[in-house]
Amino acid sequence: MNQPLIPIHPAEDFKARSRTVLNDPGARKNFRGAMDYLQSKRRAQFPDADELSSLRELGSTIRRYSLARLPDLLEQLERNLVRNGVQVHWAENAAQANEIALGIAQRVKATRIVKGKSMVSEEVGFNHAMQAAGIEAFESDMGEYIVQLAGEAPSHIIMPAIHKTKQAIAELFAKEVPGVSYTEDVDALIQIGRRVLRKKFAEADIGLSGVNFAVAETGTLCLVENEGNGRMCTTVPRVHIAITGIEKVVEKLEHVPPLYSLLTRSATGQAVTTYFNMISGPRRPGEKDGPDEVHLILVDNGRTQAYADEQLRATLQCIRCGACMNHCPVYARIGGHAYGTTYPGPIGAIISPHLLGLDSTYPLAFASTLCGACVEVCPVKIPITDLLVRLRNEAQARPGSSDATLRGSGAARTALGSAVWNAWSQVYSRLRLYRITSWFMSRGRALSPTEQGAWTRSRTPLLPAAKRLRDLIKDRKS
Amino acid sequence: MSARANILARLRAGLQAAPPAALSPPEVGAWYGEHRRQEGMAARCARLRAALEAVKTEVHETTAADWPGLLLRIAQAKGLRHLLIGAGTPHGEALQARASGALTLLSYEQPIEQWRDTLFDGVDASLTLARSAIAETGSLILWPSAAEPRLMSLVPPVHFVLLDTDRIHADFHAAMLAEDWASGLPTNALLICGPSKTADIQQTLAYGAHGPRELIVLLRHPAPGNTGDTGDTA
Repeated sequence: MNQPLIPIHPAEDFKARSRTVLNDPGARKNFRGAMDYLQSKRRAQFPDADELSSLRELGSTIRRYSLARLPDLLEQLERNLVRNGVQVHWAENAAQANEIALGIAQRVKATRIVKGKSMVSEEVGFNHAMQAAGIEAFESDMGEYIVQLAGEAPSHIIMPAIHKTKQAIAELFAKEVPGVSYTEDVDALIQIGRRVLRKKFAEADIGLSGVNFAVAETGTLCLVENEGNGRMCTTVPRVHIAITGIEKVVEKLEHVPPLYSLLTRSATGQAVTTYFNMISGPRRPGEKDGPDEVHLILVDNGRTQAYADEQLRATLQCIRCGACMNHCPVYARIGGHAYGTTYPGPIGAIISPHLLGLDSTYPLAFASTLCGACVEVCPVKIPITDLLVRLRNEAQARPGSSDATLRGSGAARTALGSAVWNAWSQVYSRLRLYRITSWFMSRGRALSPTEQGAWTRSRTPLLPAAKRLRDLIKDRKS
Repeated sequence: MSARANILARLRAGLQAAPPAALSPPEVGAWYGEHRRQEGMAARCARLRAALEAVKTEVHETTAADWPGLLLRIAQAKGLRHLLIGAGTPHGEALQARASGALTLLSYEQPIEQWRDTLFDGVDASLTLARSAIAETGSLILWPSAAEPRLMSLVPPVHFVLLDTDRIHADFHAAMLAEDWASGLPTNALLICGPSKTADIQQTLAYGAHGPRELIVLLRHPAPGNTGDTGDTA
């Protein structure tokens, strides 16, 4: 299982995909509408700027404090989970994570897995791996169910089917769900999903879920959701497998309430979700429901690379609320699929290089105006723009130099580009050379090329001024 | 080396190469102390009620003597045929003493494997007792048990919750501290606010996604003379 299980698009395709979406007025309107909705919902949840500011500070401190002690907390979490009867597994990469799940599935002779929402399972290509082994992996979150039925991938980490209109979903259901006729009534559509999925919950051998917070001191897995499918997946099947990134652990139970509040308010503008599900072990003797086995798969998959660098470590503070993408002017225009990665938007641009390598993901770091809207709304204060700049520098670094510290560093570096920047830096750091160069530029402006690469694709060519600033000043003085 | 050893070794090497800035433990208690509303039981109860009603929850105020009658009237008005109750609970027995022919009371006696299809397709409603609740967010705290298993609050389309009003905490943090959750949690602990819902189709809110379509909360006020207080930090 060495080849990637999920289609990883080559870096160059990002621009092509973005252009396609930009030229699709329908998609543009959907994204804009959805982002406006989520932004105003979030705004309404934080009427008190002081409360928001101090709560974000607290959330950020909790996450940084947890990361500062991550290896110890992971061991403590494991100890307490094992004490509670939960089996803990560690996976260095996607293939290992799937092998572990497959091992469990084969041991319990499972043929059907029903899944709650889990971005890490998307990240490791869980569904494909199970399918390849002849095991059905069925998505049960309504958005994920729709996306899976359409043979697509989620385009948003919180609202997976945000790119689809109800008309598209109505057509999809009428075509793919037996015995269903076309209806645009959202309640009716949800009831169709409910009927199909209830059967899946009852039949499944294994329920798979993600984890929002893992509490080290009690050995508890916390799941945040509205639909109840997460509770179904973690309660009805006889085996529950939770899969999560190694960064999701917090030390104390009391660290959870502030993060939970920040998560739901930032994500969908809800004070709380319908369900906050805290799982601390399998069914105990005498209990009448709940799984007989609970497993946790802790996934690294490149996270330790981010962890090894003090600046990039902040990437792992993320609690996956999606507020950064909801407020990103780039995401709002191109949507999630253009990114070609499991995690889109600003968080995708800063986490994906560690999961997939900078060589296949660096264009994402350049697709930002560095406006800082994401930094302003991030509930745990990740300095996203600083990290984007760092990744840009890494992408341009000379391989083997001290500036190239990541897998795939230097991938954006070209001989011509380096020569141009070298020349630029020479000119701008030497006064005489700068004067001579600028003199020639202003006198020779007629020779400026009219084709200036990406710049002139949608803008007029850059032209040096007829008079340099110093000449203008000289003229005024005389 | 095992994956576990490799991951932990990489993390520890990372910490050593790039030690984090010194950070004191997060002062969560201090933050809540500063932001917690100072209010009496009645105000807390009103806040809980408003938060629940904001997410399509039916809330009724009642008393220790009246609640079974109230529940039966609601069940009748809704045309419910059966109600699932916990095995051997005092509130289940109180209801049993009053129930009449129209409403069949079922008890969760068997492990789920033995009656899954009946539970999924043949039970209209359930009743569970909330352990406590959270005023700030309208969250009902349930600790499912052998008597009131986890699926009672999830599978039947209508879910009744009985809550004693002297069990309402100011916020989530106050609740876990007052009840000392850190020293022991059940296999499953839940916060529930409203019926199951989704906005996954074009941001349109729809209730009854996978869990209950209706959540009905009976706020049971303490008998007169009993002032009732959770004694938590607020």
